Amino acid sequence: MIWDWSFTFQILPVLAHAAIVSIEATLLGFVIAATLGLVLAVVRIAVPWTAWTISVLVELIRSTPLLIQIFFIYFVFPKFGLVLDAFTAGVLAIGIHYAAYCSEVYRAGFDNIHRGQWEASIALNLSSWTTFRDIIIPQAIPPIVPALGNYLVALFKETPLLSAIAVLELMQTAKIIGSETFRYTEPITLVGLFFLAMSLVSAALIRALERLLNRRTPR
Amino acid sequence: MGIRTLVAMLVVALAVIGVLATQASYRLFLPGLLQGALLTIEIAVLGSLLAVVMGMLAALARMYGPAPLRWLATVYVEIFRGTSALVQLFWLFFVLPQFGVTLDAFLVAVLALGLNVGAYGSECVRGAIQSVPRGQWEAGTALNMSRAQMLRRIILPQAFIAMIPPWGNLFIELLKSTALVSLITLTDLAFKAQQMNQNTFKTVPIFTLVLLMYLAMSLVVSIGMRLLERRASLGLARGRAA
Repeated sequence: MIWDWSFTFQILPVLAHAAIVSIEATLLGFVIAATLGLVLAVVRIAVPWTAWTISVLVELIRSTPLLIQIFFIYFVFPKFGLVLDAFTAGVLAIGIHYAAYCSEVYRAGFDNIHRGQWEASIALNLSSWTTFRDIIIPQAIPPIVPALGNYLVALFKETPLLSAIAVLELMQTAKIIGSETFRYTEPITLVGLFFLAMSLVSAALIRALERLLNRRTPR
Repeated sequence: MGIRTLVAMLVVALAVIGVLATQASYRLFLPGLLQGALLTIEIAVLGSLLAVVMGMLAALARMYGPAPLRWLATVYVEIFRGTSALVQLFWLFFVLPQFGVTLDAFLVAVLALGLNVGAYGSECVRGAIQSVPRGQWEAGTALNMSRAQMLRRIILPQAFIAMIPPWGNLFIELLKSTALVSLITLTDLAFKAQQMNQNTFKTVPIFTLVLLMYLAMSLVVSIGMRLLERRASLGLARGRAA
């Protein structure tokens, strides 16, 4: 028999438990990505001489595979005295990788702020910190929330890469079940279905969010 | 980022590889890594070709196909965009044989990456076709062309220019995704790196070289696509003309 239902129900709790690890990694990774991305985007504007360095850095991170970056943090950092466990190293790599993408999204958001807003802030003698915190960021963030949401989904779909450094997330658990029982059909299909369901649900949520934001921030 | 900066980065990346290669501890790994890079390039090129074909077919089927074809294309796009590339790779490699279809790892790699990126590509093909002004279709109708003729002679050549930048990003995504094939036993650049790392524990030189090599390959793709875009939009008042 190609598909065994009793086996499916037997492994479902194990996979559900692993799914929690995947979701944890996603959320922690995205917190790093969203914060670090914002910092990169703000510093780039607030401290002009860093602009070139940051854009080269972003290009470097975006041009190399995430898998190699995960290996780099996991295997190379210990040589410089920074030993991280697999989960931390993986989450850090995913966070930094997506911070590069997110910083571009924030930048697009800042570019969309009308020039007059910056000029008014200067006229009011606001510090650049206050300008960003009270004037620019509150206006720049709502329109880019959907774009950030898309990166959250993309980031979620990258978490199976953590299986390469043996983090016990969904993919790694499915692989272990497969190698123990010689049945790969059910675990890997279930993982696929799980990702599909999550992606479709989050895509619908992002669309709803987009509608909500468009209603609240007339342009 | 401008094309000059990209070229400058490529020159610097290659120069750094060159300088590092003068040291014995780095030179040792270079032949093996280059061999791996060759396989990476093969998979990336074949995968990209498949992605373009699938992207075009899926987009055209979704926009102009009859209902069953439209439905099929939508299912294809949603499945391949909704599940992770690694899951697709594993599914084709481990699960498909259980249904009696055994493909070798190289074929699985090209298929999985091509189909995955093709699904994303179909969206950018669709966007590009929709970006051609309606007047172009109307003019085609006025000239008594059939729909296929309009699409082939009027719409697609114009949509092609709008497609180049998003496809460039997708080709880079695909190139980066080829690192995943190391997990289904293919001896690509990422696999060689891991293998050498396990044998020698010379982590720093190996991964530094690997990062630089991927960077150089991505930059070549970026620069190539910029040149293509420049050439395709010559004499047109749209796109980022030269």
